[in-house]
Amino acid sequence: MPASTSAVQPLLQATNIKKSYGHVQAVRGADFTVYPGEIVSLIGDNGAGKSTLVKILSGTVTPDSGTIEMGGKEIKFDGPTSARDHGIETVYQDLALAPDLDPASNLYLGREVFRKGLLGKLGFLDRKLMLDNAQLQMAQLGVKLKDISAPVADLSGGQKQSVAVARAAMWAQEIIFMDEPTAALGVVQTQQVLELILRVKAAGISVVLISHNMPQILEVSDRVEVLRLGQRVARFNAADATVDDLVTAMTSGTMEVNN
Amino acid sequence: MATTTPPTTETSSTAIVGHDDLYRQPTFLTSVVKSDTFRLFLALVALIVVFSVLKPTAFPTLSNTLNILSDAAILLVLAVGATFVIITAGIDLSVGGVLVFSSVVSAMVMAGIGDGTPLTLIIGLIVALVAGTLWGILNGFLVAKARIPALIVTLATMGASLGASLLITNGVDVRNVPFSLVEAVGSGTVAGIPVLALIALVVAVMFGIVLAQTRFGRYTYAIGSNAEALRRTGVNTTRHLIKVYALAGLLAGLAGYLSTARFATTTLGGHSTDNLATITAVVIGGASLFGGRGLMIGTIIGVFIPVVLQNGFVVLNISPYWQQIAVGAVLLGAVYLDQMRRRSRDR
Ligand SMILES: Nc1ncnc2c1ncn2[C@@H]1O[C@H](COP(=O)(O)OP(=O)(O)O)[C@@H](O)[C@H]1O
Ligand SMILES: [Mg+2]
Repeated sequence: MPASTSAVQPLLQATNIKKSYGHVQAVRGADFTVYPGEIVSLIGDNGAGKSTLVKILSGTVTPDSGTIEMGGKEIKFDGPTSARDHGIETVYQDLALAPDLDPASNLYLGREVFRKGLLGKLGFLDRKLMLDNAQLQMAQLGVKLKDISAPVADLSGGQKQSVAVARAAMWAQEIIFMDEPTAALGVVQTQQVLELILRVKAAGISVVLISHNMPQILEVSDRVEVLRLGQRVARFNAADATVDDLVTAMTSGTMEVNN
Repeated sequence: MATTTPPTTETSSTAIVGHDDLYRQPTFLTSVVKSDTFRLFLALVALIVVFSVLKPTAFPTLSNTLNILSDAAILLVLAVGATFVIITAGIDLSVGGVLVFSSVVSAMVMAGIGDGTPLTLIIGLIVALVAGTLWGILNGFLVAKARIPALIVTLATMGASLGASLLITNGVDVRNVPFSLVEAVGSGTVAGIPVLALIALVVAVMFGIVLAQTRFGRYTYAIGSNAEALRRTGVNTTRHLIKVYALAGLLAGLAGYLSTARFATTTLGGHSTDNLATITAVVIGGASLFGGRGLMIGTIIGVFIPVVLQNGFVVLNISPYWQQIAVGAVLLGAVYLDQMRRRSRDR
């Protein structure tokens, strides 16, 4: 874990990102850094620009200006597919699951595997391979489902969230963005999803977490970056920060403080 | 930090896994027997048993069975297309009009050539399929690209296709249909089974496999279930929807050709309720009008329930009007069941 951030090369480095919607400046020259294999939380008051920044970094929104570098090289996204090509996955706030399909079909949605030979050329799916791999993926992340072939609609909220996270973890090579993944969950289910996030990190994938739950953030994060009025105003190592520090930075931070 | 999390917060849905037995998958047999489709099948069997017991001399006979199969064939072809459309949470009211249009243009082409050779019959088939597909593409384009509700789009094309048929025929049915077509397809049999029924069955099985086994089928379910989720994975959902409506048009074209063959004439006035009969069959078969759910085997059973009811009532000398009432009740029951399922799931 990058305790002293200067020693490690950032995995992703966004610099001076700007984005306006009409007269609303959603992001006003924000910087953001992700190091390899870390969980970094992005926090800020409502309207600070967190969701917009994450959408920019996951390719769904194009910034007005600013640069994004991965591994030291500048990259440009044209749509979520090209972000995915760079190993970036997103768990959307609305999860983006097809409720009538089973978890395996959801894990492979849009990336279906065909059977070998002529049948595959005709569009036949290799359902067994996808089911087996999906099961393996869920097992590795510790997601337990009573009936793997039941539609996602029949799962609990926490299980649905787990399927969405498992899908991102299955395809992400580098980074997963999660916008408020526990906002709609109860205490137990929230805990399940946090465990899941830690296991994703253990698999070597960086996680960017947006959340409003300060104790939870300090519990799972390695670092915290604070956004206020569309700019980064503070960065913390989670081990050294208190809830008060975070709240103060969110509400009255004006310039970036590195501690 | 990872090391500071409580290590043992194992709960019912996630835990570090060492036990594969928790990934339970019901056996094929139990999932079949427990399925709604199986219950629907039992209902169809019960209907057949009841009619057979009430009228053993007239209902369970070979000729009556062949009758039922022929009656069901054209409806089944339409219902196969409607299954795809309804699973995308769409609807196609235009199938009857498109059927008539395809029937008319293909009959006119075949009558124009006039020789009734196999080549002419094949040309007629191609004309019918192309005509139907073009209407389907128009439907799909208006629904998926222009974003007009499917109900309105297909209501409009229903009127337009029927109107066009009346215009080009001056409202008079094309009757000089090649006799060879009627003989070979309309009333022909293979091993005692009507050719119409065989064609319909092949179509249903083929597209049943497409729906269940291919990516085309998977995307059809996904669009009806959560189109936005599919779009975000980078799939061109607009194009897929257009293909689905094109398929429904193609099959309406085929149904038009079969109808010409069966009745030895175009039937300008005979298909005004085909759309409702089709949707009824698909919904009885368990497909959800809200999209995302439905099976081809259900549709096949759903086609036969109204047809068997109709036939049974005729055989029993009950007014066929009762059939309409009975089918209406079955349809309401099917939709009600779907609603209940949704409600219990959304809790
Ligand atoms: N698509 C949009 N159109 C117009 N304004 C937007 C849009 N998305 C975000 N905004 C505005 O940008 C600002 C930042 O929003 P957002 O990024 O959602 O903040 P956060 O996620 O931190 O609450 C808000 O004032 C919001 O109203
Ligand atoms: Mg937000």
